[in-house]
Amino acid sequence: MLQLDTCSKSFRVGAFGTKELIAVRDVSFDVRPGEVVSLIGESGSGKSTIGKMILRLLRTTGGAITYEGTDISTLGGRKLKEYYGDVQGVFQDPFSSYNPIFKASRVFTMLRSEYFSGLSSSEWRTKLDKAMEAVSLEPAEVLGQYPHQLSGGQLQRMLIARALLLDIRLLIADEIISMLDASTRIDVLNLLGELKSHGLGILFITHDLSLGNYISDETIILRRGTIVERGATTKVFDNPVHPYTKMLLASVPQLHTRWSDAAEELEGLVAAAGDGAMDGHVEVEARPLVQVEEDHFAANGAGR
Amino acid sequence: MSLSVDDLTVYYQSLRGDVKAVDGATFEIADGEIMGLAGESGCGKSTLGKSLIRFDARMRYVRGGVELDGKELPVWDDARMNPFRFKQVSIIPQYALSALNPTRRIGKMAGELLESRGVHVDTVLPELRRRLKLVGLPQDILERFPIELSGGMKQRVVMVLSSLLDPSLLIADEVTSALDVSTQRAVAELLVEFRDRGFVKSMIVITHDLSVLYQVADSILVMYAGKLAEKASADTIVEDSRHPYTQLLLSSLPEVGVRYAERRLKGIPGRPPSLIDPPIGCRFKARCPFATDQCDEQPPFCPLEPGHDAACWKAA
Repeated sequence: MLQLDTCSKSFRVGAFGTKELIAVRDVSFDVRPGEVVSLIGESGSGKSTIGKMILRLLRTTGGAITYEGTDISTLGGRKLKEYYGDVQGVFQDPFSSYNPIFKASRVFTMLRSEYFSGLSSSEWRTKLDKAMEAVSLEPAEVLGQYPHQLSGGQLQRMLIARALLLDIRLLIADEIISMLDASTRIDVLNLLGELKSHGLGILFITHDLSLGNYISDETIILRRGTIVERGATTKVFDNPVHPYTKMLLASVPQLHTRWSDAAEELEGLVAAAGDGAMDGHVEVEARPLVQVEEDHFAANGAGR
Repeated sequence: MSLSVDDLTVYYQSLRGDVKAVDGATFEIADGEIMGLAGESGCGKSTLGKSLIRFDARMRYVRGGVELDGKELPVWDDARMNPFRFKQVSIIPQYALSALNPTRRIGKMAGELLESRGVHVDTVLPELRRRLKLVGLPQDILERFPIELSGGMKQRVVMVLSSLLDPSLLIADEVTSALDVSTQRAVAELLVEFRDRGFVKSMIVITHDLSVLYQVADSILVMYAGKLAEKASADTIVEDSRHPYTQLLLSSLPEVGVRYAERRLKGIPGRPPSLIDPPIGCRFKARCPFATDQCDEQPPFCPLEPGHDAACWKAA
């Protein structure tokens, strides 16, 4: 459905844009219908940049992104509007996605005037109720409210409902539950799982390995703009090959297992992942991915 | 006993009435103990931490007492607290990443900070350099500006500065939350090392992340809607918690290895009550699957067994 082919993005930085910062380098992967792909990386890994490029909020500087066979950079006018009817994004901070002066339901009214102007009020109402039900929100509780009167979880679910109203086929979920409390984030995560079973493709962008592991079918580990390992989630998590992936996994705080139990192992991993790995400050070259096993690839030279 | 807090109650003033953010907190921290303070946003955990060092303009002391090393800590009196701050009680504030003055080099800022507390920078400079080296920061860090440092480096600078005068109690408010997983681990392990080396006697680590606390804390105190819910050793909280809120919270955490396709986790339905007009009795009763009529009466925060306290009728 969605394909990224050696996609790159560089920014001009410094005074007068004299320096070049490569945020994403030669990234290729695809998302199929009914599949959750998680894009996992630390800050500065380029994971959000990839999401923004797919949503055409940023232009690519190399490679191509194709949706259903069409290069999305060529889209314009009505075609682009159709693209947004299929592909939508939801972002980390729900509060900044709403205009605080207006009621929260304005996101729905705007959508209606853009895409559903032909629908009668009662038809629209039925459609809205269905979308609200899908995200388990009570319309009466939230529709008349201003953003500050609602919780982060409710606002985030309204944004997902807004995306669902369009019958989208691909959702770009950029850190959508990082801001939510533990007791409510799992509900949003389960909601994604349910939508996936109805055929929605989801690109789940996160820094939290346990969340990515819980929900996704495919996992992509990014580091400094390049893919270091990708494959089926169970394979990447059970049998990590790249030292960086191993180091990340060993650093995740877990209940029931203490870090100190595996302290020596980690020191070896940090050394293997490269100097400065703990601070995430090391330039790495893009290395081609090689196949480890079926549906599991890791950057070349990772070794076992 | 390093710290003992008795019935500490702190409200926020708002136009619609008092927000009962911390209500009757009673607990103790032993010498050398790292206590984790956990709870969801708005449960009063940061307020409790802040109230032990400095009340901000909206916070209002209602009642309760605090003792540190056998001496009364006059938390309600801003001026009388001054001699204690930084020397006896110190805090690594939330958003420590933005706590550094962007217009000063780290060394200059540290000097000004020490000067303001009547300590001459030269007397502690060798120790400051030694500790900066210990946490893995380069030697020239004192000549650098904050903008030249990464998040993990800034967090370490703030940690070293906050604990420089060897306070008896260090309050660490969400120190690991803004960091990447690998940096998070390094910083969290430093907290333990600071305690082991005797830089601080005891510590309160405030975070919403129970799995980080399990890694670093000796004991964990769970708060819900301004009240203490449960306190026990980290192992007991994780393996054998008795308060329904702690149990449900733990069961909603996804861990590496748990997958949606195989085992579906559940959240806690509903949301925390408003603290302006909290319900009478147990504040968790509206979301609690075990709630009975008895819960209309506030359960006391009392020991179930030595070292394990909980505020629940069912647990008692």
